[in-house]
Amino acid sequence: MELYSLTGAQLAELLKEGRISAEEILSSLSLRAAGKEEKVKAYVRFGGKLERLPAEGVPARGPLSGIPVSVKDNICTRSCNTECCSRILSGYRPPYDATVISRLKSDGASIISTKTNMDEFAFGSSTENSCFGPSRNPWDTQCVPGGSSGGSAAAVASDEAVFALGSDTGGSIRQPASFCGVVGLKPTYGRVSRYGLVAFASSLDQIGPITKDVRDSALLLNSIAGYDPKDSTSVDTPVPDYTACLGQSVKGMRIGVPKEYMVEGIDPQVRAALLRSLEEFKRLGAICSEVSLPHTEFAVPVYYIIATAEASSNLARFDGVRYGFRAADAESINAMYSRTRGEGFGKEAKRRIILGTFALSHGYYDAYYLRALKVRTLIKQDFEKVFGEFDCVVAPTSPTPAFKLGEKMGDPLKMYLSDIYTISANLAGIPAISVPCGFTSGGLPVGMQIMSGYFREETLLKLAYAYEQSVSAENRRKPAL
Amino acid sequence: MSEINDKIIDYTARLARVQLEGAELGELSGQIKGILDFIGKLEEADTGNIEPTSHILPVNNVFRADEPAQSLPAEDALSGAPKKRGRCFSVPKVIE
Repeated sequence: MELYSLTGAQLAELLKEGRISAEEILSSLSLRAAGKEEKVKAYVRFGGKLERLPAEGVPARGPLSGIPVSVKDNICTRSCNTECCSRILSGYRPPYDATVISRLKSDGASIISTKTNMDEFAFGSSTENSCFGPSRNPWDTQCVPGGSSGGSAAAVASDEAVFALGSDTGGSIRQPASFCGVVGLKPTYGRVSRYGLVAFASSLDQIGPITKDVRDSALLLNSIAGYDPKDSTSVDTPVPDYTACLGQSVKGMRIGVPKEYMVEGIDPQVRAALLRSLEEFKRLGAICSEVSLPHTEFAVPVYYIIATAEASSNLARFDGVRYGFRAADAESINAMYSRTRGEGFGKEAKRRIILGTFALSHGYYDAYYLRALKVRTLIKQDFEKVFGEFDCVVAPTSPTPAFKLGEKMGDPLKMYLSDIYTISANLAGIPAISVPCGFTSGGLPVGMQIMSGYFREETLLKLAYAYEQSVSAENRRKPAL
Repeated sequence: MSEINDKIIDYTARLARVQLEGAELGELSGQIKGILDFIGKLEEADTGNIEPTSHILPVNNVFRADEPAQSLPAEDALSGAPKKRGRCFSVPKVIE
């Protein structure tokens, strides 16, 4: 069996037994990428092999010793290109590491400095907004891998990455994980430090793992989770060993299925896959019931006010002054700002910045932004009510499987609506995981989403693992690349 | 709510210091109008007596101890500068 096809946990075992070396793992992965990147385009600025961050002194020994981790292009790695797949950050090399990178390093992980592709500044659900062009879905290269962490998901699905970091603001880890048939976890807001994550929407963003299986997700979460004094929104609450809950019985767990999610617009094969999964949960002894999240219909409009408003503020720093692209020959400071931003940002970035600026502007602030914040409270309360009685909520991750490249690019609203099931978890700040739960007749993966209460990632992992283990024979496939 | 038109979008783009070229304004205006129409759905929500949530967690006024610590060295901060002079970022004239 090729090393690149193994999971992080399997590789860790082989490394511990001394049967393989870290160099052999990287070499296997790099060769795999060299063979598949032309089709998949998961990485950016790929020069024929995967580059790794240079070793600093003696490499740390830890649970992830020698395991390579691929990184989304919006997570800062010191002195290595971190461009958010945007022209405005072309050539940018941060002078510091994100906290998640420092944590992974101290656990011995090998950081791949060749970054994974993404929608520019995480604005998108397909990676088609990347200034480097889109990645492809390894299961059907005419289809998108999802977004914005499409590169990370595609790399893991095609075995060009062992595991990867993504970021999730409205579903950007979970939706591409669903489209690519891998596991994607968005932690509770505040669980993982955002220091070094280029900010999109500061009250919604979280970094999380994209992995081949649930065990790897738990392993990576163990490493990256935890309080960080450099992120004033990170929460000082203990990090359990997330692998400890794997294999625990899920008998008696109470699962809620939101009736508002199972309505028209959902692809019949996605609905069928979810219903089959619920049967599996029942077979494992869990109790499934219908629940209501009555404010679901407002989630997308609320998100596209709050996220764009926060983005307009966060992206004000890209002005050509201190780093990145600067428009040439600007005749005044304002012209420099306006032309830099006009030429440096892509269409979707401009659309969101203008929308967000509008929502915050005098005369519209109350009607849009303030109102959206109030409806956000209602959405949060919906979940709090449900979690009073239920351990978790199960729903599809996306209403459809992966769509074709170009299919939704002409209509931004159509693209936004594909986030309909993932967005609420970010608005409420709750953790959520997407797990593969089958395939369409066309061979495209379908993902199931599990959401739970604040800091209850163990609930998600336990249930996801139990499901994964019980259906492993049916679902264990690799894309025919 | 007043009618959203090209003039308002153009003004907003100016506020955001984002220059739009030619057909961009018309295209963006049309799309933003469409999105705002959709977002208008929020008017149906009953938000009477509801407090806004700008931040999910009950975490407030997070301070660090008032002790001097290492900060980013000037050379590192200047390392990506499109234009610099000495230990400063160089830009077009700011004050007329």
